[in-house]
Amino acid sequence: MTASTHAAHLAQLNVATLRHPFDDPRVAPFVEMLEPVNAAADSAPGFVWRLVEEGAADATGLRPAGEDVIVNLSVWETPEALWDFAYRSGHLEVMRRRREWFERHVEAHLVLWWVPAGHVPTVDEALERLADLQAHGPSARAFTFASSYTAAEAAIEAEAEAVQHLQAAPPTQPEAIN
Amino acid sequence: MRRRLYEYVAAQGREVGRNEAAQATGVARTLAAHHLDRLAEAGLLESGSRRLTGRSGPGAGRPAKVYTRARAERSVSLPARDYRTAAELLAEAAEQAGLDAGLCAAARRRGEALRGSAAPCGDLEQAMEMLAARGYEPHLEGVEGASGAAADVVRMRNCPFHAVAERFPPLVCGMNLALLEGLLGTDGPVHARMDARPGNCCVVVESSKNNDD
Repeated sequence: MTASTHAAHLAQLNVATLRHPFDDPRVAPFVEMLEPVNAAADSAPGFVWRLVEEGAADATGLRPAGEDVIVNLSVWETPEALWDFAYRSGHLEVMRRRREWFERHVEAHLVLWWVPAGHVPTVDEALERLADLQAHGPSARAFTFASSYTAAEAAIEAEAEAVQHLQAAPPTQPEAIN
Repeated sequence: MRRRLYEYVAAQGREVGRNEAAQATGVARTLAAHHLDRLAEAGLLESGSRRLTGRSGPGAGRPAKVYTRARAERSVSLPARDYRTAAELLAEAAEQAGLDAGLCAAARRRGEALRGSAAPCGDLEQAMEMLAARGYEPHLEGVEGASGAAADVVRMRNCPFHAVAERFPPLVCGMNLALLEGLLGTDGPVHARMDARPGNCCVVVESSKNNDD
């Protein structure tokens, strides 16, 4: 059964490579903004969930994508809700100053995808979506704000892929080679 | 004069008659009518007719002409120019190359050049004038300060860089802030800072003494 549109939520992952160690004074303004900005996220309209390290207030201590790479993983009711928080709240000030603290990424560093409402995405799942976007460009499986897909489009594509997979399942597994 | 008439009509948010517009801007009625019609011809205003007296029928007299601001975003360019595509391509390249700092430095210099005078902007009223002249549609908003005292901030209804800002928010909003910092000055009586909200320009302007609370 395909998930109906209203039962889908939008998951987002972004990765950012620190220019300096997290406790370096040059990163301090970013660290100071974490608490108010995370609090703003938690009370933002349409916010559902964000990744937090056990026993911590945020996920900056988790480094699943590399020792100097911090990750931000969250779920929102709609793309508009995420957009308004990311670019129309105090979070924009963090974004504006991103070059002071983070390396410029050559590859995609933000990925969006649809999840069934109630599903809590894992870090592995999120990193797979980012790798998908980096390898194949935007699709209904993994996209960006500039190349957005609806939950209905994602459901159709997922179904088509499942059918394809069933038909072409036995002979090869090309993805595993790389 | 034409700008004053346009701004008056735009600021009312309702239909405005020729008499009212003439009186409000201190222009003779026939001259106001001429300029209002020219603005309507240019597509900046929409015109219609209405019996302002509320009477109808043969004895009610000729309907009066009324004006409202046109809703659509307009740009007129003769000969045809396409700066929007150029802006989007330059922004895309700047985003990919991580040129935020260079762009902001250029924006700050431009803001300073636009200000012209060496002195920073003197107060919020002057800031409102400067922002209005650049299309930001500023308005005063009262906010409760930390000490409980009411202070005013200037918010702006219009983002002059809307289309590009929507595509590259951190880059273009950062550029916009730097431009306004250059325009108003950073160490004078007023300063600009980022305070993004849905539906508004991402920057507010406030008195610098607010920070001493």
